Amino acid sequence: MSTGTMVVIGVGNPYRGDDGVGPAVIGLLKARRVAGAVLTRSLGEATDLIDLWSGADLAILVDAVLASPAHPGRVHRLAVHRSPTERTRAASSHGLDLGEAVELARVLGRLPGELVLYAVEVERVDHGLGLSPAVAAAAARLAEQIAAELADRRPLAVP
Amino acid sequence: MTHRSDRSLSVAGLARVEGEGAMHVRVDGGKVTDVRLEIYEPPRFFEALLCGRGHTEAPDITARICGICPVAYQMSACRAIEDACGVIVDGALADLRRLLYCGEWIESHALHIYLLHAPDFLGYDGVVEMAREHRGVVERGLAIKKAGNELLTLLGGRAIHPVNVRLGGFYRVPTRAQLSTLTEPLRRARDDALSTVEWVAGFDFPDFRHEHELLALVEPGRYAIESGRPTTDRGVSFAVGDFEEHVIEEQVEHSTALHATLAGRGRYLTGPAARYTLSQQWLSPLAREAARAAGLGAECRNPFCSIVVRAVELVYAVDEALRLIEGYQPPPASAVPVPPCAGVGYGATEAPRGVLFHRYGLAADGSITSARIVPPTAQNQASIEDDLRRFVATRLHLDDHRLTHECEQAIRNYDPCISCATHFLTLSMDRSTR
Repeated sequence: MSTGTMVVIGVGNPYRGDDGVGPAVIGLLKARRVAGAVLTRSLGEATDLIDLWSGADLAILVDAVLASPAHPGRVHRLAVHRSPTERTRAASSHGLDLGEAVELARVLGRLPGELVLYAVEVERVDHGLGLSPAVAAAAARLAEQIAAELADRRPLAVP
Repeated sequence: MTHRSDRSLSVAGLARVEGEGAMHVRVDGGKVTDVRLEIYEPPRFFEALLCGRGHTEAPDITARICGICPVAYQMSACRAIEDACGVIVDGALADLRRLLYCGEWIESHALHIYLLHAPDFLGYDGVVEMAREHRGVVERGLAIKKAGNELLTLLGGRAIHPVNVRLGGFYRVPTRAQLSTLTEPLRRARDDALSTVEWVAGFDFPDFRHEHELLALVEPGRYAIESGRPTTDRGVSFAVGDFEEHVIEEQVEHSTALHATLAGRGRYLTGPAARYTLSQQWLSPLAREAARAAGLGAECRNPFCSIVVRAVELVYAVDEALRLIEGYQPPPASAVPVPPCAGVGYGATEAPRGVLFHRYGLAADGSITSARIVPPTAQNQASIEDDLRRFVATRLHLDDHRLTHECEQAIRNYDPCISCATHFLTLSMDRSTR
């Protein structure tokens, strides 16, 4: 059990439908008044992510993923290891993607002690606010799971 | 096979550029017959969706066009709508706008130089590979970018898509004490920016020169950023309101971005090299000296050297930000009123990638009746293709893999922002074997 710093990063753009699942989970964690961890949102820009997780003992990322075939609402939990992962280069609308952010942080010695990625399969990422029902339900379950995970790691409060 | 006279090269998804596009090169009988920079990112219809919205909404809506240069969109939108409403924003508010814009230049240039472009010159596939052997250098780049982010966050409310900009000024202006917290990080960034110029000036640049006309905003007395008059290196100069008479956009089949030319003159180039060529005399002494030491002359016509110009502009942006912070006296109000007014307004500012023009038509109640946005990458597209055509012609002895790689590098010289240009990159090289 760590007594160090923890950060939860919700990655995504709430104006693109289910892509907003990461930020939505942060909203739910804030509503639960989850303490002991920094709760933050990010558009996923690589240097922003590195700055957000640098120095943390635990960083939890919540991001939307497109899968084929899709099971909207299905959540994958991936622990990012300190050894390099297989990467594929893809045309990206950003200079660097999450995989490259992780690899760059690894090379720079700026990975958090532990990096956990919750990847939520999404249904629609077109324009507009709001999550589709299956993804909204997944966000609620995930917020509960992350809150429990944080509580397990938090040292007991001294009254 | 390296010496076939007919070949075809393709890159279906260009890496390390902003947005999604492709490139196709066709060589027939040993001659380059076709070069297409294909912008396949879907059209985004911003100009249409602005119609019917309130005049106060344009800065925030257009900021969403780009995550790298939202301030440019906000500033061009503000200037155009304020122009339509007959309002001039000056004094401390204008200085704060320039300061915010400096933050964006710092962020954007540091990102492009260090994370996207430098790996090409040092022979790495990307910044991750470069960082393995040049960790300190990459850390320096990230630190400069972070200083820019901090400036944007303080003044704009957040680092991406700032929310504190409004017509007439800002929702909230900083105190002197708040701005002064940026002084130390910016001083370090200034030293780092000077080291950046020295570092990139030592790269090997292919021998290549173009003769495109260069277009930039010019504002005698200072390096144009958030205002100025469109001017070319060949003596053409016109009011921002006459932009559409001088810059003609047309659709081309292979691209969702429009191609722009100067009326009666042809293709041209906007961006750092154009700005430097037209306004270097108004750089700060420190930036001018850095440019001189780096060996930049009176003009920059080798697109590969654009990385040096970006580094010099990085020095300037940090230096200028420090000057503005030092001289800052809070304005009496965070914004001046911009009451709606029927009419048409025009605005142009220097986005990190070049001139960004906006025009809006407003109804009496302020609702937007028409909108026109001309981003820098769309303006540069024809010149980029022309440079590629000539560049490839001198390198046909290279094998497909090497040539394709060099073409991608050449495209990154222009720091194209495809997301902005769509209304834009993947490389395909076609050397037919007939």
